[in-house]
Amino acid sequence: MAEVSAMSEPTAGALEREAERDDNRTRWLLSLPAMIIIVLAAAGPLLVMVVYSFLTPGDYGNVKWEFSTQAWVNTILQRDIFDDTLMWADAHLSIFWRSLSLSLITTVMAFAFGLPTAWFIATQPPGKREFWLFLVTVPFWSNLLVRTIAIQELIRAEGVINNLLLLLGIIDEPLQMMFTNFAIAFGMTYVYLPLMVLPIYAAVDKLDFRLVEAANDLYASRWRTFWRVILPLIKPGIIAGSILVFIPSLGAYVTPRVLGGGKNLMFGNLIELQFGQGRNWPLGAALSLMLMAAVMVSLIWYVRVTSRERSNV
Amino acid sequence: MSEPIRQPRRGYSVRSLPGFAVVAVFTFFALYAPILILVAFSFNAGTSLAIWEGFSLRWYAQAAANEAVQEAAVRSLILAGVAASVATVAATMAALATTRTRRFPGRTMIYALINQPLMVPEIVTAVALLIVFAWIKVATGHTSMVYLISAHTAFCIPFAYLPIRARLETMDYTLETAAKDLYASPWKVFSRVTLPLMWPGIIAGYMLAFVISLDDVVITEFVKSAGQETLPTFMLGQLRRVVTPEINAISTIILAAGAILVSLFFWLSRGRR
Repeated sequence: MAEVSAMSEPTAGALEREAERDDNRTRWLLSLPAMIIIVLAAAGPLLVMVVYSFLTPGDYGNVKWEFSTQAWVNTILQRDIFDDTLMWADAHLSIFWRSLSLSLITTVMAFAFGLPTAWFIATQPPGKREFWLFLVTVPFWSNLLVRTIAIQELIRAEGVINNLLLLLGIIDEPLQMMFTNFAIAFGMTYVYLPLMVLPIYAAVDKLDFRLVEAANDLYASRWRTFWRVILPLIKPGIIAGSILVFIPSLGAYVTPRVLGGGKNLMFGNLIELQFGQGRNWPLGAALSLMLMAAVMVSLIWYVRVTSRERSNV
Repeated sequence: MSEPIRQPRRGYSVRSLPGFAVVAVFTFFALYAPILILVAFSFNAGTSLAIWEGFSLRWYAQAAANEAVQEAAVRSLILAGVAASVATVAATMAALATTRTRRFPGRTMIYALINQPLMVPEIVTAVALLIVFAWIKVATGHTSMVYLISAHTAFCIPFAYLPIRARLETMDYTLETAAKDLYASPWKVFSRVTLPLMWPGIIAGYMLAFVISLDDVVITEFVKSAGQETLPTFMLGQLRRVVTPEINAISTIILAAGAILVSLFFWLSRGRR
């Protein structure tokens, strides 16, 4: 009792500060389990991978604990086995190029089908939009591997498409569609299309159709109205959708593995190779970090586009 | 030649663009046709994936009798159940900590960390886990399901967190204030007011986490020890061999399970708008 009276009366501000400190501590403690799990089994291992990218490959996989920058050099360069001169690692560069070009093709194809689909949904009567949106999201939530298998069974040599074309007499022998770049792009467009539709739908939904009417009243042609009025207004949605399709395409692993086979590797498959037959874990780590950096750049772009869009509303 | 007097265009709708409806309808058809064909041929009496030979459930019977399938299915369900449960508890706590509050020091960091698994390509997380877990496996000799469970829990957390946070943000704070005014202890406020109100969000988060874990193939493929096939990795392995409609039958069951869970998720999270 004596101690309490000996203490000076705390001011209101001090009590508030103390309550705030307690509150902060509680909030941190509550977040702790989630953060520990993610640090241990997602974020932390990425840091370990940075270390591994500077080590020497072991003879049978894994690593030797000797510092080396060779893995980073080997991502784009290789040494000639006879005279040791450095030259471009053509095998890697062609895989980077395939990843980039197939991701861009996928994005363009998803846009070509996604824009009309989003427009169609957004211009339905309000009560029906939810139904059509639901139809777009259902495939997106269904298993990606299963959807890829569905495409594989469709385009196989003895698949439905070839059988149909043979039956109709359009072709004499089955078309080779599996294990081609076309198969990968086709499959990725199929699995990632909903990611394009949803942001464009949101943009068209917000579109002020009085502006379109105004353009029309001022005798702008349909094409001109589309090009000069509609497209600029829904551009943020288009960019957002494009990045959302581009990012998973660039990091795709399952779709190119199933549809591209062993020859048409993409970035993800090249990474896997280093941990399998390649037995070059440091190179695999360096390549993973490169892929992550590319995705991060796209993500930052995406965040900037969407936050600008939000601040414009 | 004088300029003709322009007439207002008839039957012109600002909401229709030429050809768009046709492409849209084709897109919807293209979205569903492959899945429907896959499902249809799971009931094929013959071994073909493209030529219909009559209705039969033989591939379902074969899949059900296949011990590898049984084992993988049970493992998938246990893994998804455990990972989704742990992830949902952790995500609920984190959501309680990060919503309905002013900015507090470190909030952005907590956000960023919780969403981190969404921002990194799966293959990158997968090989990073392979590296770390290989090291632990060599050091301890321990190769149980604990690796798969922790990896799945980590990437399930953001999926569980988002619906729970959404639910909390739209919840009425006055009820909890009223309970406090009536001298309910903090625990009582939580267990009798807050928790019942946020329950639909928690269930929705659990469903989503469960589906995400059930569907995962990339991280599982790299983290699993020998003999720890889940249903998706089992299927991925089978694709290298001769494919029969048995794959379609398993796929159909996975699709059905996912569809049920996702529909429940939508139904539960509908209330928040």
